Amino acid sequence: MKLELQGITKKFGDFTANDAIDLVVQPGTVHALLGENGAGKSTLMNVLFGLYDADGGQILLDDEPRVFAGPGDAMDAGIGMVHQHFMLVPVFTVAESVMLGNEDVTGPAKLLDLNAARAKVKELSDRFGFAIDPDAVIEDLSVGAQQRVEIIKALSRDAQILILDEPTAVLTPQETDELLDIVGQLRDAGTAVVLITHKLREVKAIADDITVIRRGKVVGTAEPTASQEELASLMVGRDVSMTVAKDAADPGDPMLQVHNLTVVDGVTEITLLDGVTFEIRAGEILAVAGVQGNGQTELAEAIAGLTPTDAGHVTLDGEDITGHSIRKVLDAGVGFVPEDRTEDGIVANFTIINNLILDIYDRAPYSTRGTLNGKVLVDNAEKQVENFDVRTTSINALTGSLSGGNQQKVVLARELSRDLKLLIASQPTRGLDVGSIEFVHKRIIEERDNGAAVLIVSSELDEVYALADRIAVMYHGRIVDIVPPDTDRDTLGLMMAGAHKEEEAA
Amino acid sequence: MSAPAIEPSALAHPEPGEPVIKRRSWKAPIALGVIAVASLVIFGLLSPSGSQTTFVFARSTDFFTLPTLTVSSRGAAIVLSVLALLLAAYSAALAANYRKPGIWLPVVYGMAIIGSLLTWAGAGRDNTSIQFTGLLTSSLFLAVPLVFGALAGTICERSGIVNIAIEGQLLAGAFLAALVGSMAGNAYVGLIAAPIAGAAVGAILAVFATRYWVDQIVVGVVLNLLVLGLTGFFFNSIMKTNPELNQALSIPTIDIPLLSKIPVIGPVLFQQNLLVYILYIVVIVLQIMLFKSRWGLRVRAVGEHPKAADTVGIKVNRTRVRNTILGGAVAGLGGAFFTVASGLAFGNNMSAGKGYIALAAMILGRWSPRGALAAALLFGFADALRVQLGIIGSDIPSEFLAMTPYLATLFAVAGLVGHSRAPAAENIPYKK
Repeated sequence: MKLELQGITKKFGDFTANDAIDLVVQPGTVHALLGENGAGKSTLMNVLFGLYDADGGQILLDDEPRVFAGPGDAMDAGIGMVHQHFMLVPVFTVAESVMLGNEDVTGPAKLLDLNAARAKVKELSDRFGFAIDPDAVIEDLSVGAQQRVEIIKALSRDAQILILDEPTAVLTPQETDELLDIVGQLRDAGTAVVLITHKLREVKAIADDITVIRRGKVVGTAEPTASQEELASLMVGRDVSMTVAKDAADPGDPMLQVHNLTVVDGVTEITLLDGVTFEIRAGEILAVAGVQGNGQTELAEAIAGLTPTDAGHVTLDGEDITGHSIRKVLDAGVGFVPEDRTEDGIVANFTIINNLILDIYDRAPYSTRGTLNGKVLVDNAEKQVENFDVRTTSINALTGSLSGGNQQKVVLARELSRDLKLLIASQPTRGLDVGSIEFVHKRIIEERDNGAAVLIVSSELDEVYALADRIAVMYHGRIVDIVPPDTDRDTLGLMMAGAHKEEEAA
Repeated sequence: MSAPAIEPSALAHPEPGEPVIKRRSWKAPIALGVIAVASLVIFGLLSPSGSQTTFVFARSTDFFTLPTLTVSSRGAAIVLSVLALLLAAYSAALAANYRKPGIWLPVVYGMAIIGSLLTWAGAGRDNTSIQFTGLLTSSLFLAVPLVFGALAGTICERSGIVNIAIEGQLLAGAFLAALVGSMAGNAYVGLIAAPIAGAAVGAILAVFATRYWVDQIVVGVVLNLLVLGLTGFFFNSIMKTNPELNQALSIPTIDIPLLSKIPVIGPVLFQQNLLVYILYIVVIVLQIMLFKSRWGLRVRAVGEHPKAADTVGIKVNRTRVRNTILGGAVAGLGGAFFTVASGLAFGNNMSAGKGYIALAAMILGRWSPRGALAAALLFGFADALRVQLGIIGSDIPSEFLAMTPYLATLFAVAGLVGHSRAPAAENIPYKK
């Protein structure tokens, strides 16, 4: 089925998320919708899927104008969508999840026909080689398997147009390759696939057509043969360097030593961090790679003192800081950029001024005799906002009202304002635009060059390569191995799935 | 934290989520052991020997008459307590191997402890005996409002709306049943009116929860106070001056032919009034509908992950409103228990906190109709036991006696039923 969007416009208040967007997707092709976070890709697809009402424009399927009142209408018309955050009920089985909203019933009492649903799952699973058990419970499945359930869900409704919203954000490189294979199969079977992404590599690997969106507008189309730099500059609107220039590391003495660090979840009794041992030297960046949920978060939080440890030691510059209060850990010279910026990094309802002193509010010159010094705080905020290029109308603005990139700059400004021996940054550029990523990376490298040890946790391999002096790969709470930064992508990918480097070579 | 997420097929390491360090849980075996020992000492060893306890099972209408059972109080209490102790030891043995016993263990254990309590309480009373059948009959009857209330809670919470207003819905149902029944001069008309009152309270809750996104617990508590105040006002201002509007009507007991003549089971299950028979049907139908029907699947999806339901075309807030009103109606029907089903006129605050106990029964029953029934029966039994012990009289103040079954329940539940999981989207408004 051919999909055509004509002049789709969607406004949220004064903000125009989609501005007269045109798009044509032919059956049997993969059409990549490329753009930065916040460019309006997901909004556009939500309009198409009936989740949002458009303020203008129309949707045509096979040249027929269609109006969708809700996702149910869109699905009936043959549109399937795999959302970035999976739309699966964690406690349901695969068969229940697939049948939900489209249930077959049987018998005089019209009860659910679970056997039919199981058969449907089995048939689609076999056809694409998914190996999905219809009776498995969703929450027990891996992220990759859940995504395949989502695809089965769409296909079971005979979707002829399949929208994939940032499908590879949570996958290992190997899972990504598998997904791209599946997309290829679907295309060959005649499905029109819309692939929403900001990852250039995938676009080049699979797309037949590319449409680039920036700030809610179509800014151009490209051929898959275009270079990554060309695509990136279309996406961002200016020339960008894909890698930040950085000198070779000049590591000094060991600054952070982690020995046999172990964390066990108090409720589920699952071992989240299993005897992790490594060290980082002054002036060195160690980047931890791995699929999300393999203990990286716990590692960062355990070192910062946020998560209680069950065994092991953390030594900073010769001083054992295991089990110290967070305040003492910070005072020892640790800066922490948390993974979830809006939850843990800032107080959204505080002004920029106040967010910048969350860790130092109670000491001179910021406060004296228990009272904050307004003038000093304002001066501090003005200086930091300028240094870190925080784009805001005022230092009195609520931090929650800033864009993700600018919020992250506030967090960085605060954490780097103290003299650091160790900087821990979890997913430092998640959800940031290319411009902000460049800035954040530069600052992190500067901190290294100033002699701090830096621990980066990132699930983006591009980021790991851009920053790391050494790469540690984590899997199931353990460090699989620590490898030099020139290790190739495939090897890292295998290690992220648990394979040792030596096994790989053998 | 969720377990690491990788395909098991792709790796040579342990399965995702496999606990590497496990801890033994000794709480349950210790609690069971302590209670069993206490039962052995107090009900068995410390009680005087030579006295006897008489249990009566038969009723004159039975097909055949079960013999009256007379046992040595001390001996029976010791035997039952030792059985309980053995069960505690077995659960300890399981715990040592990181395992947990099935549901049969707490059930058998509870029966042993309660049996031991009963033989002790009935010891040496020549003129009174334990009316076993009567005890069970009143257990079921006293459980009726709890079951309806717990079902109401289950229907609402499965769709993601917390229904604290069960108490108010019961009371509103009781009030309207008495009022409408009296006006019509027919108790059955009151039975029809009761769910309407409950549904009205449910409708208010639904509107505030889905339209104005007010915290559902706060709305529920306020509604309880509102209903208490309103019914109290009408009771004082209208019913007292017009007694014909608040008569003590009663729906008759209906004996089911043949079934009602089975010893013990017959009188307990099949010599009840219409409300109890409706209860059987509602429990069975809801159990099937919630877990086997299209409606149930959609309701559960809405209560667990409303956005996922929305993306497959299910109307989240409409489902929630409907369920909240339906739940209210079920609770309202249960409210009829206090007036027309018990043969009483309406009185101020008749529900007396039963709605909150129903809420506990819902949680104990893990948000399933079947579980709600079992939990409510447990509480009903505790209540009936208190009444029975009061009748036969006992050396210990009845208040203390009444505590024993509740305590046993608490320990059994805390130690053995374990952690239960509420619907994930409960009390979270769905905003597009």
